[in-house]
Amino acid sequence: MKNRLIFQLPHLESGKKILPTVPDEISSIKIDIPENLKRKKAPELPKISEPQLIRHYNKLSKKNFGVDNGFYPLGSCTMKYNPKINEEISRLENFVNIHPYQDEEDIQGALQLMYELDVLLCEITGMDKFTLQPSAGAHGELTGLFIINAYHREKGNKRKNIIIPDSAHGTNPASVTMAGYNAVTVDSDENGKVDLKKLNKLLDEETAGLMLTNPNTLGLFDENILKISEMVHDAGALVYYDGANLNAIMGIAKPRDMGFDIVHLNLHKTFSTPHGGGGPGSGPIGVTKELSKFLPVPTVELNDEGRYYLDYDEKDSIGKVKAFYGNFNVLIKAYSYILSLGAEGLKRASKLAVLNANYLKKHLSKYYYLPYPEICMHEFVISAIWQKERGIRALDIAKRLMDFGFHPPTIYFPVIVNEAIMIEPTETENKETLDMFIKAMIQIAKEANENPEILKSAPHKTQIKRLDEVKAARDLILKYNFD
Amino acid sequence: MDYTPHSNKEIQEMLSFLGIEFLKDLYNNIPDEIKQKKELNLLEPLSEIELLKRLKFISDKNVSTNEKISFLGAGDYDHFIPSVVNYIISKPEFCTSYTPYQSELSQGILQSMFEYQTMMCELTGMDISNISLYDGATAVAEAANMALSISKKKKILISETVHPEYRQVIKTYEKPREIEIIEIPMKGGITDKEKIDRRLIDESSCLIIPQPNFFGNLEPIDEIFSILSGSNTLAIACVNPLSLALLKPPADFGADIVVGDGQILGNPQSFGGPSFGFLTCKKKYLRKIPGRIVGQTVDSNGKIGYVLTLQTREQHIRREKATSNICSNQSLNVLAASVYLSYVGRDGLCEIAELCYKNAHYLFQKLIDIEGINPAFNSKFFNEFVVYIDLDSTELKKILSKKGILGPICLEKWYPSLKKRYLFAVTEKRTKEEMDLLIDTLNEALRTK
Repeated sequence: MKNRLIFQLPHLESGKKILPTVPDEISSIKIDIPENLKRKKAPELPKISEPQLIRHYNKLSKKNFGVDNGFYPLGSCTMKYNPKINEEISRLENFVNIHPYQDEEDIQGALQLMYELDVLLCEITGMDKFTLQPSAGAHGELTGLFIINAYHREKGNKRKNIIIPDSAHGTNPASVTMAGYNAVTVDSDENGKVDLKKLNKLLDEETAGLMLTNPNTLGLFDENILKISEMVHDAGALVYYDGANLNAIMGIAKPRDMGFDIVHLNLHKTFSTPHGGGGPGSGPIGVTKELSKFLPVPTVELNDEGRYYLDYDEKDSIGKVKAFYGNFNVLIKAYSYILSLGAEGLKRASKLAVLNANYLKKHLSKYYYLPYPEICMHEFVISAIWQKERGIRALDIAKRLMDFGFHPPTIYFPVIVNEAIMIEPTETENKETLDMFIKAMIQIAKEANENPEILKSAPHKTQIKRLDEVKAARDLILKYNFD
Repeated sequence: MDYTPHSNKEIQEMLSFLGIEFLKDLYNNIPDEIKQKKELNLLEPLSEIELLKRLKFISDKNVSTNEKISFLGAGDYDHFIPSVVNYIISKPEFCTSYTPYQSELSQGILQSMFEYQTMMCELTGMDISNISLYDGATAVAEAANMALSISKKKKILISETVHPEYRQVIKTYEKPREIEIIEIPMKGGITDKEKIDRRLIDESSCLIIPQPNFFGNLEPIDEIFSILSGSNTLAIACVNPLSLALLKPPADFGADIVVGDGQILGNPQSFGGPSFGFLTCKKKYLRKIPGRIVGQTVDSNGKIGYVLTLQTREQHIRREKATSNICSNQSLNVLAASVYLSYVGRDGLCEIAELCYKNAHYLFQKLIDIEGINPAFNSKFFNEFVVYIDLDSTELKKILSKKGILGPICLEKWYPSLKKRYLFAVTEKRTKEEMDLLIDTLNEALRTK
């Protein structure tokens, strides 16, 4: 049957009963809205029955692929398994139906959870204080940059630049611009690490900070990190940790011990909360004691009587980055995850994430060019340049993987690797899955030589074939046309 | 309990394939001086039984608004959520997927997003919609950033009747760039349009007006936006999406950008998050819009499908020149809104909005009949309103909480001049009996005062 938009389903003549019957005294009240403000034409929303609605969305769900459906080695996204108990807990009545402006007496549980999550994240990262307000990693970055700005402002510094490695996530430079800074790129050296000589040249009295992911987006741990943070500190600037890759090092090394002043975490990656097709996430940031006065308000505090409270009383705070307190529902899941794994489980998760990545990397390195051969952390980057000689691009390999039942890895990132394919298996995949993936990748490498057409026209087994993105950007059909 | 599926035998096999003896050797690249000397100091891992018990214990320290009668609003509301919403957003294909970069495996969420864009354009009357920002507050800030980028002017005009926390967020966002934020004062609970003079308009990138405003009052948004005509100052409306079932879409008043918070559409209160921020605008601003956008296209067989489009605006392509840094957004909350709007439908949304209106007006009328309670303003409103109650907030809270009533919110902390002015939100979930209990309680308290 033809695929239809929800607007194209047959309309009901009369609506379903949604609301209770109300007494005449209420129903007889006239809607008294000034004529010039009154809506004349109802919005074109669907008019369908509940069974139609369920079938429509069920049909859509069958055209979607989540980590519950199969291997999802999307580099830099940490698509690990999302424990179901955490979903159940996050839907407990007294977590779901609470209002941010309820009396503190009535929300002690929520405040306790936030307070304790702050403590747990401090222990994991070595930082002194967290805010849970940012809604995503990029939002955390922006918050961190606001704090860097407040720090320098207090010192009377008018510093303009934030240094970012060329391997950084796109959000880093974009956040830098939003925070009013210039993004200055420091090149990576031939080993994929920050080039210290070049960094040294860039550091000056205009440098406000350095943003760094470690392990970096190539999946490599920058062993010069102490030297780097020392150099940045000596220049009077702060060091910011993009925590997108914390999954490699939980219980192994703390960002604070590497010299970082500000750290953001992605609870929806490292701490297993599901990504929901793009969000909601949560991007708490942790800071050193010196910087904690700049954190957004309110912070959650505990008084001597064991009572939790919201503290708005910080004159140096940067203000607020979101209404209310953060993506609370996501915080619950991350908190539960940490409690169920404990120190031992977190460390094991990191170790096995790293083991899985290295296992895949070594197998694939015979068939794909590996630009950085050293031992990797939780992810690694291969390149399709060998296949490119046959006219095959990373995109073709990604699309072909769908035919084997896998979600493709991240492609064309980091930008410093030509035809990059960035693979992050996570710790929740077993050897059998990895072996199947390896087999598929070997098969694809063979096809690139023997039957390149099958790659160029992939995917073949999905419900829809390769989609024309150029046409989408040219035609710009961005909503349904009711006419 | 961890979620690693490896047997010890497999781990050994993998290690020996790598030529490594122990798992810890995988970290030989990390200098010893930064390696943790001690294990993390965390509690013993909990089993699922213990975990549920502990978290239930913590959650029970909260008082659910469902156990009470809630009149709390101010940006987070106790509206009805049909059970189909949770059923759909819990589907693992939606819930456990990432941003749909790989469209051939993401047609489900992409199509639902295309449908969402259509619904938001219908509600607001605008040409294009993105797939969400974090919340209403950040949507206002992002809209202002759009206006700054479009107009190249360095000031922002925002009404004092915009949610105080939203204004705080925009101030935080703009402070590092030293963008001047000018608050237009209010008069009688609505924006004082006399204070918006020509010079201010000429110097400012945009004017941000809420509808209904923080007090629930209806702004004369048509008159206010008409002041902007002939200028290149963008008109930004921050709206309650449910109210749009009754109110003219902001497009009709010449809005350039429409934003707001989508919690009302099928998302629980959840202590203020996650909800989502929506943003719709005129087509001419297409390349300035922040966040994801879905477009329709065809596959190699000519079959219609959907992809993320206009990605050259976004951070992963454009880096420091991107329209915004947003990457992860609030997609699952957007899906909830789509399911909600599809469920209640064209008529249902209108009925819900009408009942909210009627309930609020019933309560308002009964309250102001009480001696000691007066209307704070003389404005038309939707489903939130402000009254003066001759009781201080601690007293009032005590009296109401004895009867299991939550709210109203005292406005003094945000507006020092609004002493003893209280903000009530009334949704379709409040019954006449519940409202009568509030009315009787206040009547009694003020009579015996």
